[in-house]
Amino acid sequence: MSSPNAAYPDTPDQAMKPKRHEWPLWEVFIRGQHGMSHRHVGSLHAPDQEMAIKNARDVYTRRNEGVSIWVVEARHIAASSPSDKGPLYEPSESKVYRHPTFFDIPEEVGAM
Amino acid sequence: MTRDTAFFEFLLRMGDNTLVLGHRVSEWCGHAPVLEEDIALANTALDLIGQTQMWLGLAGEVEGEGRSADDLAMLRDAWDFRNVLLAEQPNGDFGQTMMRQYLFDQAHVLLLEKLAQSSDERVAGIAAKAVKEVTYHVERSRDTVIGLGDGTSESHRRMQAALDLLWPYVGEMFTDDEVSGIMAAEGIAPEPSSLRAAWDAAVQQTMSEATLVIPDSGFAHAGGKTGFRHSEHLGHMLTQMQWLQRAYPGARW
Repeated sequence: MSSPNAAYPDTPDQAMKPKRHEWPLWEVFIRGQHGMSHRHVGSLHAPDQEMAIKNARDVYTRRNEGVSIWVVEARHIAASSPSDKGPLYEPSESKVYRHPTFFDIPEEVGAM
Repeated sequence: MTRDTAFFEFLLRMGDNTLVLGHRVSEWCGHAPVLEEDIALANTALDLIGQTQMWLGLAGEVEGEGRSADDLAMLRDAWDFRNVLLAEQPNGDFGQTMMRQYLFDQAHVLLLEKLAQSSDERVAGIAAKAVKEVTYHVERSRDTVIGLGDGTSESHRRMQAALDLLWPYVGEMFTDDEVSGIMAAEGIAPEPSSLRAAWDAAVQQTMSEATLVIPDSGFAHAGGKTGFRHSEHLGHMLTQMQWLQRAYPGARW
């Protein structure tokens, strides 16, 4: 039987400096005690998803902020581009008729 | 030895373990290799100091000489401390700190689970609160030991060196003596030796996942929890930890 060290043939004699790898970035979402949805609270670095959850627990729930944690690796988030701001959002600025303010709401409906 | 003397000794063992290890871990504050680990270690240290307050508070009560948890923590010298030698060992590198943490956490959680059933309500109460914190500690330290052990050849080498260095301090956590005999007879706490099999099984599982080799030696240093012979490191640690109360007796926030 080979020893577990066999997988690391350079273990005993080579004290080489490892390359410094940065852990991937994770975005953290926390559902608060009374909140309905997870909210983005910040980001952190972690080697894998289990450690990302643990780090999120230690960094973002120290003061009893949450009852549930989501983490997602930042590179998996698709985001709109700031330079597309014009075509994406400006067209809706002039379309006031999209706001439901042009008709009377019957009394019996109550507060909306 | 009377029941109360043994009970006091037992409580000092619990509180001094968490105090000394808590202080050791707090030495990382601001120095850990990454921000996330820095905060996690500080959280662990604070949990342990919080548990210290409860254990030493109860110790003072049982002793009945009006000493508070603060008095016991800050005004005793090295020979009065009853922590195991493992807890006072220096931090070394991050891997050595995490190895020490795991070896201790694994024993700590098994002990607290039993103490939650203690015949003494106060002990059971403290244990029930502490076991939740320590269940997280051991989860975290175990994952880190596995991650670093089964990591790069550099991290593997360091973790194996840490395990080899700390292994001789493991045995002391599981030795029985007159104090533990009285505690077991009273139903307050289990004999330490009764936890060894479960600890061994858990540690073997972890080390095999971490691709680390457990040293083939049963040699165990002794003298910490009896106060008979602490290692040199404890005194140095206390000069830092107790400096303020020694230099300015009675100083308060």
